[in-house]
Amino acid sequence: MNLIVTHAGFRTIIQDLGRIGFRQFGVSSGGALDLHALRTANLLTGNDESVAGLEFTQGNIRLRFEDERVLSWCGGDYEVCVASRSIPRGHSALVLAEDELSISGPQQGWRGWLAVSGGIAVPPVLGSRSTDLRANFGGLEGRALRDGDELLLGEQSDFARSLIDLLNERRVSSWSSPAEWSSTAKTKPVLRVVRGCDWDRFDASTHHALTSETFAVSPDSVRLNGPELHRNDDLDLVSEAVAPGTVQVPPGGWPILLLGDCQTIGGYPKIAHVITVDLPVAAQLRPGDTVRFQEISLPEAHRLLFEREQELERFRIGLSLRNK
Amino acid sequence: MEITSVGDSALIVRVRDCFEDAPEETLKEVLDVFRRLENARIPGVIELAPAYTTVAVFFDPVRVINATVEPNRASECLTQKIREALTRGKRKQSKQAAAQAIEIPVCYDPEFALDLDHVADHARMSPNEVVDLHSRAHYLVNCLGFTPGFPYLTGLPKKLTTPRGATPRKEIPAGSVAIGGTQTGIYPQVSPGGWNVIGRTPLRLFDAQKDPPVLLRVGDRVRFRAITREEFEELKS
Repeated sequence: MNLIVTHAGFRTIIQDLGRIGFRQFGVSSGGALDLHALRTANLLTGNDESVAGLEFTQGNIRLRFEDERVLSWCGGDYEVCVASRSIPRGHSALVLAEDELSISGPQQGWRGWLAVSGGIAVPPVLGSRSTDLRANFGGLEGRALRDGDELLLGEQSDFARSLIDLLNERRVSSWSSPAEWSSTAKTKPVLRVVRGCDWDRFDASTHHALTSETFAVSPDSVRLNGPELHRNDDLDLVSEAVAPGTVQVPPGGWPILLLGDCQTIGGYPKIAHVITVDLPVAAQLRPGDTVRFQEISLPEAHRLLFEREQELERFRIGLSLRNK
Repeated sequence: MEITSVGDSALIVRVRDCFEDAPEETLKEVLDVFRRLENARIPGVIELAPAYTTVAVFFDPVRVINATVEPNRASECLTQKIREALTRGKRKQSKQAAAQAIEIPVCYDPEFALDLDHVADHARMSPNEVVDLHSRAHYLVNCLGFTPGFPYLTGLPKKLTTPRGATPRKEIPAGSVAIGGTQTGIYPQVSPGGWNVIGRTPLRLFDAQKDPPVLLRVGDRVRFRAITREEFEELKS
């Protein structure tokens, strides 16, 4: 059965957890810019966490369902409604055949992720259903969704079917994910960073500027405007790997923060890297938003990630117990 | 060999500091490191990617932490395992998969060669001499990146070195063969770019439906063969 895109919105794309193993050929990992949000939403619909869902940027989206499905969403401060009933973030909700879902906003933040039980069943390309908008492959014909597109939905799990029964009366679950997973847009975002491999090319006052001053996302959402960061040398650097979270500094001095859709290599010095646990907050930055950086140690970054994975595991177990 | 972290989920093994003085040896060493790490199958390592002087090691920190007895030293433990893999059987070179030698047909027709005159002016020679030099040289793929399948080739005759354009073009056609500084490359898909375009190949450099999806890999040897407009159309179809 299908999901019909009545209004596609500004940029709605099919994403899963990304493409692994093709960086050596210059292919980005891609995937949802907030992987944790998609994993959470998937679990709430009874899906395996790696199933493909939708990533949307800005609202004005309408979708129609042809059969009963469970859905869940996480991300910016959007208003999501089914048949004029509001669906809060990080919950499980039931949609019936011919129900229409609308997404408007956001008041705060920029992106959102919607999971549907069964998932979006486009064929995988290079091991993933993610849309690569730079090289135009994956997802639906390698492009953002358009009005009138019809997306085939996958087979629902037994867990999803039992959720449908559970939600039959109230339509929206009483249970939900931890709020900090589903609602990641912050009024005063602080991104924690570890030192980059070119940290020592910058002097102490530049380190201080990076970690104490405020930066504003440029109108084209590429650069972070604030104090100019200049390095001590002017050596030509050989291009090497960059990763989601890399903060690189082009000659102009205004840093660029890379997310999951970034290219695989870069030749600008890497002053710092946003830790994986904070990439969901970075994914909510939109032009004009301000952001600050705070330095932490690498073991601390690993500890935070390890703890969050354990919490996700507990959440997964909690959901499956509910089903018993 | 320096090993540094690139955030909390990747490391870079820096084989050499610079590649331009010895591109061929550097490439050989980088591929040797790449293959050793590939064969080592270190728990938690997800993927490897060579680029010029480095091999990037992407890993899942949670799996690395689970595989170690000291969770707060995950990076050090992984670095240690990488060093062990690189020194094991150091004397014998890792088995190198045979690098391919590939000929790329290029049409240097004025319609495709948007910046051939500029490159010729810069080199103080005629466009024909540029084409002749470019298509006679031997090249090596040192890196793939920028966009999927984009090969960075070393081996460009010094005389053809041409700085990138000050303002990048918004759209460079797929298949465009171009010169950027001391390197030459091929745009696999339509994309913005600042390199000087001197011709176009009818070959497809990236096809997501194929495995591997690329025509050229790091380590391959490349030569260009000048073709006519008719041959271009024929090969294209």
